[in-house]
Amino acid sequence: MSVDARPRLPLRPFSRAARADAADTSRRAPWPLVGAGLFIAFLALLPLAYLVIRALGSESDVVGFLLRPRTVGAVAATLALGALVGAGTVALGVPIAWLTTRTDLPGKRAWAVLTLVPLALPSYVVGFAFLAFFGPRGSLQGLLAPLGVERLPSIGGLFGAVLVLTLVSFPYVALATRAALLRLDPAVEESARLLGDRRMTVFRRVTLPVLVPAIAAGALLAVLYALSDFGAVSLLQFDSLSRAIYMQYGASFDRSLAAALALVLVGLTVAITWGEARLRARAGTYAASTRRRPTVVRLGRWRWPSLAFLTLVVGLALVVPVGTVGWWLVRGLAQGEPLRLVIDVALDTFMVGAVAAVLAVILSVPVALLAARYRSRRSHFVESAAYAGYALPGIVVALAMVFLATRTLPVLYQTLALLVAVYAVRFMPQALGGLRSSLGTAGPRLEEAGRTLGDGPVRAFAMLTVPYLRPAIVGGAALVFLTVVKELPLALLLAPIGFETLATEIWDAASSGFYARAAGPASLLLLVSIGTVALLLRSEDRAR
Amino acid sequence: MLVALLAIAACGTGTGSATPPSATPFAASSTPATVAPSAGLSGTLTIYAGRSEELVGPLMERFRTQTGLDVKVNYAGTTDLAATILEEGEASPADVFFAQDAGALGAVAAEGRLAQLPAETLGKVDGRFASDDGQWIGVSGRARVVVYDTRTVAEADLPASIDGFTDPAWKGRIGWAPTNASLQSFVTAYRVLKGDAAAKAWLEGIQANEPKVYEGNDAILAAVAAGEVEVGFTNHYYLMRQLIEQGDEFPVRNFFFPGGDAGSLVNVAGVGILATAPNPVAAQAFVDFLLTDESQTYFATETNEYPLIDGIAADDSLPALTDIESPDIDLSDLSDLGGTLRIMQEAGVL
Repeated sequence: MSVDARPRLPLRPFSRAARADAADTSRRAPWPLVGAGLFIAFLALLPLAYLVIRALGSESDVVGFLLRPRTVGAVAATLALGALVGAGTVALGVPIAWLTTRTDLPGKRAWAVLTLVPLALPSYVVGFAFLAFFGPRGSLQGLLAPLGVERLPSIGGLFGAVLVLTLVSFPYVALATRAALLRLDPAVEESARLLGDRRMTVFRRVTLPVLVPAIAAGALLAVLYALSDFGAVSLLQFDSLSRAIYMQYGASFDRSLAAALALVLVGLTVAITWGEARLRARAGTYAASTRRRPTVVRLGRWRWPSLAFLTLVVGLALVVPVGTVGWWLVRGLAQGEPLRLVIDVALDTFMVGAVAAVLAVILSVPVALLAARYRSRRSHFVESAAYAGYALPGIVVALAMVFLATRTLPVLYQTLALLVAVYAVRFMPQALGGLRSSLGTAGPRLEEAGRTLGDGPVRAFAMLTVPYLRPAIVGGAALVFLTVVKELPLALLLAPIGFETLATEIWDAASSGFYARAAGPASLLLLVSIGTVALLLRSEDRAR
Repeated sequence: MLVALLAIAACGTGTGSATPPSATPFAASSTPATVAPSAGLSGTLTIYAGRSEELVGPLMERFRTQTGLDVKVNYAGTTDLAATILEEGEASPADVFFAQDAGALGAVAAEGRLAQLPAETLGKVDGRFASDDGQWIGVSGRARVVVYDTRTVAEADLPASIDGFTDPAWKGRIGWAPTNASLQSFVTAYRVLKGDAAAKAWLEGIQANEPKVYEGNDAILAAVAAGEVEVGFTNHYYLMRQLIEQGDEFPVRNFFFPGGDAGSLVNVAGVGILATAPNPVAAQAFVDFLLTDESQTYFATETNEYPLIDGIAADDSLPALTDIESPDIDLSDLSDLGGTLRIMQEAGVL
């Protein structure tokens, strides 16, 4: 790539030429691509169609209900939760990504695995663990009791919800930022250094702007996850919109008012996604050409604070919840409970997660191509549609699919095929972000070169671009996989009767208070997740 | 370490099958008893169970071996399953809805989705544990209790009536779950016993004490154990399971109000047969099976609930069902539930 030979920073690593290269608005998207994109948008919008049908069919005063102070309060609470989780995940994810890719931090690889695994922890498990550990009279108070600590402050409410949701979703930001850092051409930073800038200045003025699209894409996933979450907000009693939606089902079986609330959540999602797209458009794209390892930053005296930071994050996000599950296990075994290691359920879960992940990546390719290469109103619609239902709580999507499947495709109802398809469409945005930014940097030039040598467009894409996209594909598939294996409401309601996943096993035991029996499947979930993250990082290595 | 885990797995649950370990009491009692001359029973029976497989899985297994039916069970939350049945409409594959609480059965019945049960079946339990129009029947009972933190509260300090918790002395010390069906049933019972105005006053009194709000009974119990709150309004059996898992040092105990206080209402878990049941004969056999001596004994000993038919005793540590004077209300009556929800909203609770 070319860097303007200006004597002084800021460099402009994203030249207009590079931008035009990646997204040429004058080119029209080929019709099969547009057709595929519109079909995927249609699939993604299906749950919204159900919500509209339900909300319009309501006999209640929907508008009056939505304008109630309580509903307005829930919207405000949801926005606060989203903003704080967004800020929190960036504050944790960006430094972690940098420390584990660019520095001489001891045990870099181990820290990278340990800081990605929290993604696989169900928020209800983490919420429960935090309540048991940090509660006013939880385990921590027990440890501090000899020091005269009678009770700790409550961790319920906004603080607890933000803390737990930040700790389970910062890996979205860390992973996306990591991928961008690994793609980054070291020449840019080196030039800046040569021009005499201090390291922090280089990071702030050169590296960070290039990372903005990746950070924003990761934070978007984290924020939307927080909006959809029910497990943590219910345990830590925080009145977000998704909790209000569950309350409508639970308190009065009123599906129409729940649908109206869900549509408000969709509105928030569209607005947040729009904001992220603006941020990304302003940052532009950046084309890398070299593939060599950047110089390793020596941490020097910063090594110890860095290790302390990582220890704190891993301690909170991993050791507390895993330790709590381990404690349930030990305590249960001591009381004569058998250890339940449901290997066959683990295999089923793994299979569903893997198929859904592959399918999600396949679905995300046309959407990413449209978004990265053929910017138009239509592309933007397809991309927004993919995200629109992403923040809906699982129960809403599940009921929508129950309603639609029993009326249109009863043959598919309660089959694995439908479950996997719903997973793929629902979690596609997780694969989309990384793929889109990779395509943005790959640019169409490579394929055009191939085509001048006689390849067809599909062959040129498969042979020349896909290898370059490999890290994004593997990363996206891993995110979808880790999300699917812990997903609960869809697995409970849409799976074939009798089909169990590790998440449903954990839920079944824990919901009736048998925590020791939940610990076996929870340990397996953890093992599967650690294995997946380790594989992911290996593939990252091979790509370089 | 992995080897050790695998070794434990091999000698533990062995096949890794989904059958809970508590299946043993039935495996031991081998004689297929009371139910099922099993004449005319064939095909598949699909049950939507809003109760955990941990608790009722062995019963399902027992019914399967007794009848030879292909019993399929969809386990999920009671509320989620009620909503699912409503969304499925006529196309529902379910024969039986086995619900954690009566309100969900009432919601499904109100949309015409449940069939009438025969009088013979309905006659097996006390009238207060079945729906007035005979569309569902209770199969096990759960009493409302107050759980309290034994580290900070002495039993003698607890009020003799649920009304006592409106005293400002309890400010900030109470945990409850206003969205939970059993709490709402209790409020309905309170209305029946003392009138709407008194119920609203009680709700406002509790609200003034700034109670902490939880999603369900198990969350309340966890909060009391963690010291988030000192007392909580729940059902009796959640604590019993924690005592089994954690031993007697678990710092929480149940308190039953003496003398027929509304605070000790008995709720039920119950069943209804779907109006569109593909296999109504098998569905009826399953409902009758749950009301046999053997199944009722199972509820008493394995799920720590109250049996509802005559002649089967509850756990020794529980007050007798006949000593708990809960009012005769239809636990699933949605017009009553609607009134309760309105009062709860007026009181600022929901």
